[in-house]
Amino acid sequence: MVALRAFVITPKLLLAGLCALFLLVAPPFLSAYWVGLLTQVVILGILAMSLDLLIGYTGLPSLGHAGFFGVAAYGVGVLSTTYHAGMWTSIAGGFLAGTLLAALFGLIVSHVRDVYFLMITMALGMVLWGLSFRWIPVTGGDNGISGIPRLEGLIGLPASGPIPFYYIALLVFAACMLLMTLLVRSPFGLTLQGIREHEPRMRSLGFNTWLHGYLSYVCAGAFASIAGIMWAYYNGFVSPTYLELTASSELFLMVTLGGPATLVGPVIGAGAIVILKNVMSAYTARWLLILGIIYIVTILWAPQGLWNLGKRR
Amino acid sequence: MTYFIVQSLNGLFSAALLFLIASGLTLAFGVMRIVNIAHGSFYMLGVYVAYTVAARTSSLLAGTLLAVLVVAAVGFLMQRLFLRRFAAQPLAQMMMTMGFALFFRDAALMIWGGDPFTLATPRWLAGSMEAGAIVFPWYRLFVIVIAALVGVGLWIINDRTLVGARVRATVDDPEIAATMGINVARLSGGVFAVGAALAAFGGVMGGPILGGYAGMDFDLLPLAFVVVIIGGMGSLKGALIGAVVVGMIDNFGKALVPELSYFTLFAPMVLMLALKPTGLYGRA
Repeated sequence: MVALRAFVITPKLLLAGLCALFLLVAPPFLSAYWVGLLTQVVILGILAMSLDLLIGYTGLPSLGHAGFFGVAAYGVGVLSTTYHAGMWTSIAGGFLAGTLLAALFGLIVSHVRDVYFLMITMALGMVLWGLSFRWIPVTGGDNGISGIPRLEGLIGLPASGPIPFYYIALLVFAACMLLMTLLVRSPFGLTLQGIREHEPRMRSLGFNTWLHGYLSYVCAGAFASIAGIMWAYYNGFVSPTYLELTASSELFLMVTLGGPATLVGPVIGAGAIVILKNVMSAYTARWLLILGIIYIVTILWAPQGLWNLGKRR
Repeated sequence: MTYFIVQSLNGLFSAALLFLIASGLTLAFGVMRIVNIAHGSFYMLGVYVAYTVAARTSSLLAGTLLAVLVVAAVGFLMQRLFLRRFAAQPLAQMMMTMGFALFFRDAALMIWGGDPFTLATPRWLAGSMEAGAIVFPWYRLFVIVIAALVGVGLWIINDRTLVGARVRATVDDPEIAATMGINVARLSGGVFAVGAALAAFGGVMGGPILGGYAGMDFDLLPLAFVVVIIGGMGSLKGALIGAVVVGMIDNFGKALVPELSYFTLFAPMVLMLALKPTGLYGRA
């Protein structure tokens, strides 16, 4: 029965399939503007899924997640401009910077839960933002770092421009989504969900809940770093805005709006926010006001997220 | 030596403002377990309302009173209409306050524009105190004294009155407090409104020096959170000690190693978390 049920086509599965098909075939027929937006959606989709590992699957509400994303982006920026490092060195450097930082911060935050976790990750996120803003010799302060070379050229693709970069991003996105899906369905992932539901019970069953929480935090940081690397190459520059509190909370909104503990939901949340933001900004300067209202409306009417609508808990 | 004393007094001035802002944050946290991202917005709205009223009536006192009342009302309504229905859901409450923070920030930009301004210093507090080689503005000294008085007032209310006993009981255990006949929902509304009023008052007190500008809400918020984390969430005494620690470190840090000033501020917090995650006087 279980094996059979996996093949039943539900409306949701159909919708997800259509979205995937759209992401795969539509871009060549779209304008450069929309290809750019879709690139943002898939990169921020990776980031939102990485935060979902923490919020949705482990029950650790992190409000400083943009920090790892930003640090990895800065790693790429500093290595590829100041030190003229090659592409693979820059990517490895960015990835290690973000992941090792997550391993370090994890030691501080992994002992606390719930609201304390929220406040402490937020404060740590602010430290990183402060560093990016004030450590001018390395980060360039408010101006950030510009002049990061294009990724398509470095890889050696014959064509460059938005479309080839989009497909690289889509490939990375698909790989990350596959890895994260395998992760949450593995015994490790199931243990994380057990911890989310009832930590003392998991502990009494003999699981090292501290270690699981810690590893989940480091994994989420590693995937966020991948998104940060892609983001640095997409924009060609890095700036402190990547690490702002508003960036972390927008991520939080993507996960909540899309539906935590689904992986697909946060990608939909990321898509909704990115597209709304760009479309609304064309008509009004009051985007923040609208975003604020979206937060409030989401919590009032879709607290479980769009992807979980109709699902009984 | 003179330099040291003047810098310490400046540090105390920062501490005074931080205490006014963080005491409301920590009280609301203690009673409602709420991480209020909109707390910086109350601080911002306080300065803006006081500025508008003072410009119309040319009375700083009227400006201060109205700012405190208006922001208290905003806080009360926010708690009553939006936050109360999400009691004991810290994530939903946090998201809600984040939404309000963005809303207030953009609304303030729309209503008042983005130009920075400062409030006028009261005439009778102009000039500086001179004691030997030490020169220090009267106004800053005045703010330190006022914050100390507010602190004493809060301590008396919290430790010596029935309302205070109810607040402390709710901080300790909201469920047991409710079974003892304490109306936790109403108490939360009151505490939230008072916290908002304190933040607005802090904004007005800092107004003649720090003024008002776009983005001031998120400038101060992390400092207030550091104070609360160091002192322990829900503890007034902790907020006081945290405010002094953060105020001093912030001032000396900015004076001695300006490029790392943000970092020097957060280092003690990280140290504190490593040693005692609940802060100096906090409870798990």
